[in-house]
Amino acid sequence: MNLARNTIVVVLLALLGMAFYTLFAGYVPDESLNISALYYAENTAAETGAQNVVAAIIVTYRGLDTLGEVTVLFLTAAIVGLVLAESRAPKKAAGHGILPPGELLTTGARLLVPMILLFGAYVFINGHLTPGGGFQGGAILASGAILMLLADPGKRFSHGLISRIESISGLAYVVIGVIGAIWAGGFLDNAILPLGTFGSLASAGAIPLIYALIGLKVGAEFSSMLQSFEETEDAA
Amino acid sequence: MSMTSIALATGFALILMGLYGALTHRDVIRMIIGFTIADAGVNIVLVAIGVITGREAPILDTIAPAEAAQRIIDPVPQALVLTAIVIGLGVTALMLAYAYRLFRFRRSLDISEYRDLKW
Amino acid sequence: MNMLLIPMALVLAVAMIGSAALALFTSTRITAVLASGLVSLFASVLFLLLAAPDVAMTEAAIGSGLTTFLFVFVLSRIRRESDQ
Repeated sequence: MNLARNTIVVVLLALLGMAFYTLFAGYVPDESLNISALYYAENTAAETGAQNVVAAIIVTYRGLDTLGEVTVLFLTAAIVGLVLAESRAPKKAAGHGILPPGELLTTGARLLVPMILLFGAYVFINGHLTPGGGFQGGAILASGAILMLLADPGKRFSHGLISRIESISGLAYVVIGVIGAIWAGGFLDNAILPLGTFGSLASAGAIPLIYALIGLKVGAEFSSMLQSFEETEDAA
Repeated sequence: MSMTSIALATGFALILMGLYGALTHRDVIRMIIGFTIADAGVNIVLVAIGVITGREAPILDTIAPAEAAQRIIDPVPQALVLTAIVIGLGVTALMLAYAYRLFRFRRSLDISEYRDLKW
Repeated sequence: MNMLLIPMALVLAVAMIGSAALALFTSTRITAVLASGLVSLFASVLFLLLAAPDVAMTEAAIGSGLTTFLFVFVLSRIRRESDQ
């Protein structure tokens, strides 16, 4: 039974591997950019004012996709919370983290958490200039939240605060998109703010603002996901 | 042999290995690990397809915007993969939440013990 | 520059496939989790070589950081509860 199943799996994967091999053997790398990439390469600087072409694509050209993606992430966090709700510890049950934190971790976390949060904010505010942006910055914010959870497992940071940050930034994101549709070229157009000097921090129109909102939203969603895992209690 | 072909071969190998792990392991956590490995492989393949040998990253700090079209690589797959990684974490978290729920339900992570839908 | 990049990519590829094999065939769960985090970490360096710094940052922060933490967290809960 087990052997038969493993044989079937190996045969199927061998077939898939042959398909991959033909893809690999027949792949000819492009010599130049294709049409859409060429458009982005030639027009990003003039149209959006962003140095980072990837950021311009995510926030402006494909902004609607990013809105959808953030929504998917929100749904995931909500479902994780729902699935784990049954095993949630009562509010006063403290100290069921991985291990009791030592003095070193508590003190170190007090020093490091503000710096980590600041670094996350730096990463998403500079998203239009350097590598990085809302998603990376949001993940860094969430790692600050992990450190807080590990240093003080009994303490709960407020669900209300996280969900408020999350819903306000989501709402502001959509509002900026609608303003773009009214005043500028279309939904989530970044030209509602002046494009500024190419390469300075206050440039690229609304991209830093939108990326900061995405960063806050992603950070809040990851944190609430982690918190749902943290708040489970032992089965009776 | 170029960067692109090395990355493509690695990505395809990781996809196959990840799927093998996800299909043959009986432990739910090990199956989820297989999926994350396959996920990394897919991302590597997608990024490798956008690479053009001898060009630079799509960030215009040292590249003048006028000559960007001749000097940067394709930014579209990178934007795609960026979102794919984030969604990948969401999917992994969901799978882990369900795995934990299953464990609470029957104190076991062995998939062969869950036969309720088997005929 | 270019002379060094290709051997480096080869080393990374071997390291990734090795860690993936370790993740699949090791006998303990925690080793498998850490090895799959290692695959993501090597992948992020490979993304850097493929001229994709944005993706490299995301993979390092999310793929190898947060994912591994989630796995370790769930594993530790499961281990504690099965000890009882």
